[in-house]
Amino acid sequence: MGSDNLTKLNGPKYEKMKQDRSMKSNLLVDCAIAFVSGGFICIIAQVFKDIITSGKLVDLLGTADEKSASALTVLFMVFLGALLTSLNVYDNIGKVCGAGSIVPITGFANSIVSSAMEFRSEGHILGVGAQMFICAGPVIVYGTAASVIAGLFYFLFTMG
Amino acid sequence: MDIFLKYLGVFVVGGILCAIAQILIDKTKLTSTRILVLYVVTGVFLTAIGLYDKIVEWGNCGATIPLMGFGYSLCKGVFSAIDEYGFRGIFTGGLADVATGIVMAVFFGLIASFISKPKSKNRSRNGG
Repeated sequence: MGSDNLTKLNGPKYEKMKQDRSMKSNLLVDCAIAFVSGGFICIIAQVFKDIITSGKLVDLLGTADEKSASALTVLFMVFLGALLTSLNVYDNIGKVCGAGSIVPITGFANSIVSSAMEFRSEGHILGVGAQMFICAGPVIVYGTAASVIAGLFYFLFTMG
Repeated sequence: MDIFLKYLGVFVVGGILCAIAQILIDKTKLTSTRILVLYVVTGVFLTAIGLYDKIVEWGNCGATIPLMGFGYSLCKGVFSAIDEYGFRGIFTGGLADVATGIVMAVFFGLIASFISKPKSKNRSRNGG
């Protein structure tokens, strides 16, 4: 019976149907994977931050106030992303997780470290040094510019 | 129970931010770099209008670890530097607050490029 249905559904119509279906399910599956993996990375960060704010590592890392705990968490996540990238693990995670591995700050670290490793063959100054920011550069440039504009407005409204 | 709700918030907020990016990747032809730029600028904007503070309150690291949180730190840094130093804070506050992440990534990237062998397809084929 199954093969009967298949033969009836052959031809361009079936091809189109197959394409539509796979595109739809792909988007849903992709989103689910990105959701879970991205959420999981954030959970790791939160666990680390809670350990710092609990004060168990004060001797090692210094004060446990909110601001330095946030900074240390970012530092830890960037370190984690960079380490996994240099071990060629993060690229494999990225193939599965998609945006779930790009959007967290670990993906930002990955973009810097993987470009640095990739352009090694073009030399240390013009290869590594220049190409390191091929993806992170635009982020820093536009982020900084936007923050300056926001700062100008804030300055005018608070001081004026 | 309290801690469960907190971690649920982290997971859901972080997950949603990543899922939105995934939809943008699948539905539009934007490259990931463009999406990251969009995320950072959006983060700065949402922080400036005071909305992102609410999201951070609810999502904790789920809101600060995705790249919108990078924009959040940039904007927060600028605002608090203006409060403290006045006009020059506009230009000093932003990068100061995100410097930890950038410096770590740059330093680690440089070290990694020294240690690791450059990935080249020719080399692996010849070298076996």
